[in-house]
Formats: sequence, structure tokens, C-alpha cells
Amino acid sequence: MKPEPTAVPSGAPLVEIEGVTRSFGDVTALDRVSLEIRQGEFFALLGPSGCGKTTLLRILAGFDQPTSGEVRLEGRDLLALPAHRRPVNLMFQSYALFPHMTVAKNIAYGLERERLPREEVRTRVAEALETIGLSSAAGRRPHQLSGGQRQRVALARAIVKRPRLLLLDEPLSALDKKVRAEMQLELKRLQHEAGITFVVVTHDQEEAMSLADRIAVLNDGRVEQVASPTALYQRPATVFVADFVGSNNLFSGTVRGSGVEVPGLGVVPAPAASAEGSAVRLAVRPENVVLGSEGPGGTVVDTVFTGGTSRIAVEVPGVAQPVLVTVPGPASVEPGLPVRFTWKSEDAVLIEEGDAA
Amino acid sequence: MRKRWACGPFWLTYLFLYTPIAVLVLMSFNKADTPYSWGGFGTSWYGELARDEAIRQGLVNTLIVAAGSTALATVLGTLLAVGLARHTRSRALVALATLPAILPDLVLAIGLLAFYSAIQATLGLHSVLAAHTVFGMAFVTTVVRTRLTHADTSLEEASRDLGAGPFTTFARITLPTLMPGIVAGALLAFTLSIDEFVIAFFTAGPKEPTLPIVIYSMVRFGVTPEINALATVLLAVSFTVVIAAQRLTRLTDSIG
Repeated sequence: MKPEPTAVPSGAPLVEIEGVTRSFGDVTALDRVSLEIRQGEFFALLGPSGCGKTTLLRILAGFDQPTSGEVRLEGRDLLALPAHRRPVNLMFQSYALFPHMTVAKNIAYGLERERLPREEVRTRVAEALETIGLSSAAGRRPHQLSGGQRQRVALARAIVKRPRLLLLDEPLSALDKKVRAEMQLELKRLQHEAGITFVVVTHDQEEAMSLADRIAVLNDGRVEQVASPTALYQRPATVFVADFVGSNNLFSGTVRGSGVEVPGLGVVPAPAASAEGSAVRLAVRPENVVLGSEGPGGTVVDTVFTGGTSRIAVEVPGVAQPVLVTVPGPASVEPGLPVRFTWKSEDAVLIEEGDAA
Repeated sequence: MRKRWACGPFWLTYLFLYTPIAVLVLMSFNKADTPYSWGGFGTSWYGELARDEAIRQGLVNTLIVAAGSTALATVLGTLLAVGLARHTRSRALVALATLPAILPDLVLAIGLLAFYSAIQATLGLHSVLAAHTVFGMAFVTTVVRTRLTHADTSLEEASRDLGAGPFTTFARITLPTLMPGIVAGALLAFTLSIDEFVIAFFTAGPKEPTLPIVIYSMVRFGVTPEINALATVLLAVSFTVVIAAQRLTRLTDSIG
């Protein structure tokens, strides 16, 4: 039976995933994944394709079972329940709307399965249609709707059940840019209004950053880092996260005094490091690199004007990748010109080599 | 501009396909007593056909067999297709399930006759009906399985996710999405059963011949234009069924 929504203090864990491993033959899709998802938060599972995020989603929904590990929802074993008895709903990437049913019937389907009185089903479907602004489309079939409308219906169909946890599989990927922005706001609004915990699975970092309160970055079946979007961007814990989230200049070097010695660049500014002489990776965001009269030098190879900002690529002898610099407005330098660049030590992020995934 | 002669082979093949049928239809309106020479336009053979008791009885028998075997083949074939798609990965089982559709009729006919005599079953309409169910089922299985392999499995997952158990999911989601395939398979089984001769000839009882057997025995005593009239009627029925099937699949496809 469906548990009644209880007053759980905000911040308490709703879902506890403990040491979940899922292997398909020799392939390990999930490797001892442990995560806590808090009551009422918008959580994102972010990672490249094949990182295991979809497997984790299917385990939460009940379409797959882990090889080992535990999943609890509000302290109770979730894995013991079959998919159709879990207070968890999934919005499919393909939306999976029933083609032979009208929009209203699609939304009513889940409520009818709970054997609710007809009158209640009707009111709740009408409310859901109202919320997504599709009351006039109640009698239409899915193939008569636009992509954005279909997604709204899929969302309404899942939310109308008032699940404890709503899973969304790549919710924005199939939409064009304009509808995406609209839908993004709509999702946040709905999550806020319904007070349901959302877990979104995506490979698109922008999607994760713009939607989620907290993001777990998955790579190769393991959790790399769990943090707020800002923390993830400003303080990546691993080389993978630094590289995957946003663009970054990544350098390998050795700790020397108050800086890091990078071959080809010399000693560059870096935050205080642990031990002199230890091998580290240094990550510097392009927007934190400043062109000026001091620091290491190189030659401009390319400038790209993107509207609000310009991206400049600087080639430095001895450094494999060109150093990327983002400046506001049009670029003041041209390809072929020699430039010097530096950054503030607190703007660089030090990643211990041992953390490299 | 497209070259005109390039269309030639296209029209030639059509001519090849439809000349015999055109001749057949034309000859059914022949007044003469033989189907080989033209004796003026008339519909007398249609009247003759309507009064022919043997043909009427044969038609009734054929319709009983076709309707019964189609109903059975549709239910069994659909269940078999779903079972094959969901519960096994064996290619051999799939091949075996659809084998009766490509097996020579004669092989199936001899096999069925041997089987009936082994279990000492009496021959009659029921034995033809069971025999037609066997090959009709193979066709239904093939068509439904094709639809199943193209079906979106996330629909069934969505149904489970929304709280439906396996039975509700099958009845409310799986069956409706398979419906165009099931209808197409049923129509195929029906039309194949109506004009099936070899298997019916082997498994029918002597007192209850189906229409093809009646026609065969008529032809043995010489062909009259009555046969042409009968063939024209059957042609009209087949065309209607084919067009209805196309309409129906287009309709259900736009839904599904």
C-alpha cells in the first residue's frame, strides 16, 4: 500500500543507496555506488553515456535489480517491492505515452490502478491538466500533440500519482532550444509546488546545473563527486569532474613553494598545497585566466567571438593543449600575436594526482 | 523529362498479372454454354450459381472452417508470439513456430492425415478446422511477432510504473498496441483458409466438402461458365477484404 505523505523534516534522507553494484556478465555498470537523496530536493545523476546512470534509475524504478547492495526509501527496503507497488514514478525519455488512449485517459491510468473513486480520478486528472496548461487537449491522442506537449502529459501522468520520488530520464534532451528553456522553468515550478523529490538523469551538464540542487557525477559506474552545481563548477574534486563539467585548462605539474611547476609554463600560481614536490593536476577555468604583461607567454592561434564573450586559444611551446582564455566582449588580440597570461592563485583548483580516475 | 519506355516493363508485368483475371470476369458474363467461346453478354450463369445447392453447401462449410480456424489461430498465434518474444531467446523455437507457414501444404496434409488416423479421429469439418488452425496460427504468429519486435517496450514498463500488474498491463497496453498486427494476421489466416485446397482435400470428410473441393469436382466433369461466375464473386470478396484490411491497418497505425 502507498504510504501517506508524512511530515519528514527537510534535509532528512528520503532515499539511501548503499554499496549498489550491478554487473552484466563481465561488465560492471555500477560499482559500489552509495548516495543519499534528501527529502524535497532536486537531485541530478550526471555522466557520459555508459556511466551507469540509467542502470541506477532503472533500479530505483524497479525494472532492474542490483547484483548487491541496498536501496531504502524512508528507511524501508525498496528492492523488495515490484515496480508497480513502489511509490516511485518515472518520466520516460521517450515519454511512453499510451498511443491508443487520449491525454486524459493517459493521465487517469495510474489513478485507476489505485482503485480510487471515479469522481476523485476525474477531479485529479482535471487538476493535472490545468497545471500543465493542456485542459483543452484532454480528448486528443498523443500523436496529435507537439513534443513539448507530450512531455507535459508524461510529466502530469507521473506527478498525478503523487509519488514520494519522481525519476526523470533525460527530460529535456528531445526538445528544441526554446521549449527547453520553458520546460526547465516549468519543471522547477512543479517540483516546488508539488513538493516531490525529483531525480533527473542526464548526460547534459547544462541540464543538470540549471535544474538540480545537488548533482552526483558518475563515471564508469562510480560516483566521482556529489555537490551543489556551484561547488561542482568551482571546486571539482577529480580530474574527470574538472574536465566533464564546463571547460577547463588542465595542467600536470609538481608542487614548488607557493605554486606549481608546470613543464612549459614554469611555476604558476596555485592554492596552498599539501607537500612540496608532490605530483598534482591543476585546473583553471578559461574565464579566470587574465591576459597581461606578466606570467608565461604564448602565441594566439585562434579567437572566437560568441556574443557576450570571446574565447582565445593560446599556444604555448611545450604544452600539448592550447590554453583557453575567455574575455568579456570582442577579443582585443589577433591570431599570431604574442601574449602573456596569469591567474590568481585562489582561482586555480589543485587536484591530487592520486584522485585521478 | 522521364523516358517513356522506362515504364514499359512496369505496365507489361501488370498486363501479365491481370489479363487472366480480366478474361475470367469477362467470361462470367458469357451467355454461351462453354467457357471457351463468346456467345453474347448475359448474367444467366450468376442465376445458375445462386441455385446450385452443392456450391451453396460448400460455401457454408468453407465459411464455418475459415471463421472457426481464424478465431482459434488468432488467439493461439498471438499467445505464441508474445511467449516467443518475452520468454525465450531461442531462434530455433521461433523458426519451428513459423515453419507450418512455409512448409509445403502437401507435407502438412499428409502429416495431419497420418495423425488423425493414428488417433482414430473421424474426418469432417472439425478435422479441416483443426488443420487450418495449425497453418493459420503460424501466419498469425509471424505477423504479430514482427509487430512485437518493433513495439516500444517502454510502454509496458510505463504501465507497470503507474501501478498496473502483469495481467492489467497485458490487457490494457500490450494487446491494444498489437491490435493492427493481430487484425492483419487474422485476415491473412481467413483468406488463406477460404481457398485452401490440398490440406482440406486430405482432411475433409466425404459428406462435407469445402468450396475448393466442390469446385475441383465440378471441373472434373467439364468447366461451365458457372465456375467463372463463382470465381468472379470470390474475387470481389477478396478485393473487399484486402481494401478493408488496408483501411483498417492505416486507421490503427495512425492510432498505434
